[in-house]
This record gives sequence, C-alpha cells and structure tokens, in this order.
Amino acid sequence: MASKILDHGKIERNVTLLLILALITVAIGGIVEIAPLFWIDSTVEKVKGVRPYTPLELAGRNVYIREGCYNCHSQMIRPFRDEVERYGRYSLAAESMYDHPFQWGSKRTGPDLARVGGRYSDEWHVQHLADPRSVVPESIMPGYAFLKTRDLPVDRLDAHLRALRRVGVPYSDEDIAKAVEDAMAQADPDADASGLKARYPKAQARDFDGDPKRLTEMDALVAYLQMLGTLVDTRAAEPMEQAR
Amino acid sequence: MTEQKIDEATGVATKGHEWDGIEELDTPLPRWWLWTFYATILFAIGYCIAYPAIPLLHRATSGVLGWSSRGDLAHDMRAADAAGAATRAAIARADIATLDPQSPLMQAAVAGGRAAFKVNCTTCHGAGAAGSKGYPNLNDDDWLWGGDRAAIHQTLVHGIRQPDDAATRLSQMPAFGRDGILKPDEIQDLVSYVRLIARKEPASAGARRGAPLFAANCAICHGADAKGNRQFGAPNLTDAIWLYGGDRDGLTATITNARAGVMPAWGNRLDAATINMLTAYVHSLGGGE
Repeated sequence: MASKILDHGKIERNVTLLLILALITVAIGGIVEIAPLFWIDSTVEKVKGVRPYTPLELAGRNVYIREGCYNCHSQMIRPFRDEVERYGRYSLAAESMYDHPFQWGSKRTGPDLARVGGRYSDEWHVQHLADPRSVVPESIMPGYAFLKTRDLPVDRLDAHLRALRRVGVPYSDEDIAKAVEDAMAQADPDADASGLKARYPKAQARDFDGDPKRLTEMDALVAYLQMLGTLVDTRAAEPMEQAR
Repeated sequence: MTEQKIDEATGVATKGHEWDGIEELDTPLPRWWLWTFYATILFAIGYCIAYPAIPLLHRATSGVLGWSSRGDLAHDMRAADAAGAATRAAIARADIATLDPQSPLMQAAVAGGRAAFKVNCTTCHGAGAAGSKGYPNLNDDDWLWGGDRAAIHQTLVHGIRQPDDAATRLSQMPAFGRDGILKPDEIQDLVSYVRLIARKEPASAGARRGAPLFAANCAICHGADAKGNRQFGAPNLTDAIWLYGGDRDGLTATITNARAGVMPAWGNRLDAATINMLTAYVHSLGGGE
C-alpha cells in the first residue's frame, strides 16, 4: 500500500491536497463542457441580419430587465415541434450574440418572447402592459401602467453603448456619438430617422406608446418587444443549416 | 500497514485508527451499488459512441446514430405535415367562399381553424373569440368590414390599416376634437345625439343640436341612418354593440381622438391552408353571413 503515489487516505487527511485535486477534477469537466463553445461551428455561426440594438431598444431592454420580465418570460425557442408551432422558428445562437446578459430559459410562466416582434400591434402592447387582464382575462401578469408616465432617461445612453463595446458589441464611434439623437428620433414620428435606419437596418421608427409628445419608458419597452425576432430572415437561414 | 483488525461485534475489518476507543469499520461498498456504478460508466461510453458527444475542432462527433436535435425536429415536422398534407392541400386549393358548409372538407377546415385561432388570434380576440374593448367580438353578427367568407378571408390576408399592404382594409376617422374640427360643447351635443339614436338616452336639447352636426360630419361614413358602412369599416351606431364603449366618456374620447384599430396582415405569415381554415372557423362562430 505504501507504493501507492496517491493513497486516498492521504488525500482525505491533507486539506490542501484535497482542494487542489478537487479543483483539477472540476476544471476538467468545466473545460470539456464550456471551452468548445468558443470554437465549434454551431455555437459561433454567423447569421445574416443580426445587428446590435438601437439605443431605444437597448433602453427598452433595460426596462425589461429592471422589471424582471425574465422571471416569467424566456427568449429561447427550442427545436421541438410544440414550441416551433406555437412561437415560430427555433432560436439560433447568433440571434442573442449581442445580448449582455442573454435572456434564455425554459421556465415559462408567461409565453416565450423570442419572436414576439410584429405579432401584436403597439396599441395592444400598451394596453396589455398597462392592464393585462383587459385583453387577456386569464392572465396573471402584473400591470405596468406606470411605464406610460415615466420619462425615459436618455442622456447616458452613449455611455451605455460604450460599455457594451468593451464587451464586444461592435458599436462604431458614430453610433456612440449619435446614441441620444437616435433614441429620440426612433420614437418621434416627425423626426428624420434616415440616419438611424442607415446605422441600424430594419429599425422601426414611430411613436410606440400612443403619446407622441413624450418619450416614455413605455416607448422604449414596446420598441424593444416589437423588434424581438424580426432581424433574421428565418426562411433564408434554413438552407444554410440543412447543409450542415 | 499493520495487519487488519477485525471488529468482534460485526466481523468486519476496521480502518485501523481509533479515537477515544471509537473505531471506523471498513465496510465494503454494497455490490448492487458498485455494479450499478460500473454499468453507468459503460452506458456513458456507449452513449458517446451512439450520440453527438465529444467536441472536436469544428463540431462535436456526430455519433453513429446520426441524431441531432434539429434533425429530430425536422423529422417530427415532416411526419406532422405528411399526416395532414392531403387535407391541407385540398383546403388550400378550395375556394373557401363557395365551399359547401356541410362538406367534410369544410368541417376539417373549421377544426383546423379552431387550433390556428388559439395560436394566432386569442391574444386580441380572446380565447372564446368574444373580444374586448378595442378588439371586436367575432361571435356576433355585427361586422365592421363584412361577415361573409370572402370578406373575412380578405381581412385575414391583408389585415386592417397595414401600411405595407396595398389591399389592406383602410379608412381614417378624423380626430374631431384634437384637430379642432368640432368644439368641446359640440362634441357633447354629438354624444347626446348618438346616445339618443342608440336608445341609451332620452331626447334632449343637446341631442337636437347634435342632429345637424351628425349629418354634416358623421353621416358620410356612418350613414344618414347611422347604420354604418362596411366599405369604410364604419360601425353601426344604433345597436347595443360598442367596440370602445357607449358611455358618455367613451364616446367623447372616440369623437375627440378618433379610433383606428389595426390587425396584422396574416397573408405573409400563415400559409393559404391556415388562412382558409381560419376563415372557415371565424365564419362558423355564429355570426357568419
């Protein structure tokens, strides 16, 4: 028994040795499971159409996260027939490549929102957020009517874009310089949104909350919800995947 | 190591150490547990060979069974499509406006439409299609844009007030108050008149003043008799059905700011068979013409 290099009795009696060996064992498991995600094709696939969020969408996303919407709503359609038939095509990894943090999940107290954009009208979203049971009587979602009365703070959005650039979202210097301007333009039906649309293809610019005079948190949240899942042409992405 | 010490009470070897007379038994692992453990290791090896498992440079090993979650989904979808393919194709080809309501194909279309309605329509029109404020009840025979099958089909395909669809249902009620066409007291007279013809209020001086205002501003779309006009989606104002409320506050808000409900154009989201099935289902709800 003395010839054994690592006698289990010795490991159990030496706390430092136990700690080091446990760390090595756990690290092997972690590396095998996590590291390949950085290079294998199916997790780093590039998909046409995915772009960073516009400043207004980003502000709406912040409201979404602040209010804890993710506690009940996921943004990840899994490749099962029941999910695909209810929510639309399954989500691709690339569709959340600019999400910090991502909104994946499978616990759904409410429905998945990965492709909710364009499914309902702005009016429906505003009414539903303010009083969910006025449109869906069986809903258990809380009301968020106060979003309509809270002005959206936009003056720090450029700093927010800069922070996201540090973690890899490709915002250009121009995007950052015009962040505040873009946020105002996207929710103002009278503003010239051509610059915004050039910087962010497929951006939807209009008054979202039914009150064109004010830029509210409701504007931002509805703008965010209405763009979810609308960037990628899923029909065009299909043949590319079948080839794999 | 010293020679093994056998515990007298149990007959099992001890680990050889003791504190204050307390010793530890070196009981071997139960056999069933040990063999189950070995079996899980064997299972894991077999699983890694059969299914995608070991990550390599570009992709993980694909496994000898060739299984993938996306392939599995494609297989499920093909199987589901194949099961109903003939019926769906027949429904897609059929002219839903003239299809015999008693035919088996129509019954299949209504059944399919019931499922498609739950997925796509219930959030606005409600699970029982009874609607809510701003979203019409589809069970009654009061139709804004027409309730025969051709009209329902047209509404489904092109939607209502969709800017990108040339054939969409389109009309615009003026915002009489917001745009200063009528003064606030004129709007109140108009509210009184509309509530009079809807038999919600007795005749009053206000309603008398409202009558010419109605003829001048509203009759062009809602009709001189206020029975509505489906060409403009203008509702009948003489019945008891109110999409946005028939009380004084609701009517005042409607006349002041106008109403312009929207509906998506489902033609570019759903296939022809599903649109035909929804047409059949909505028409079958009770108010179909």
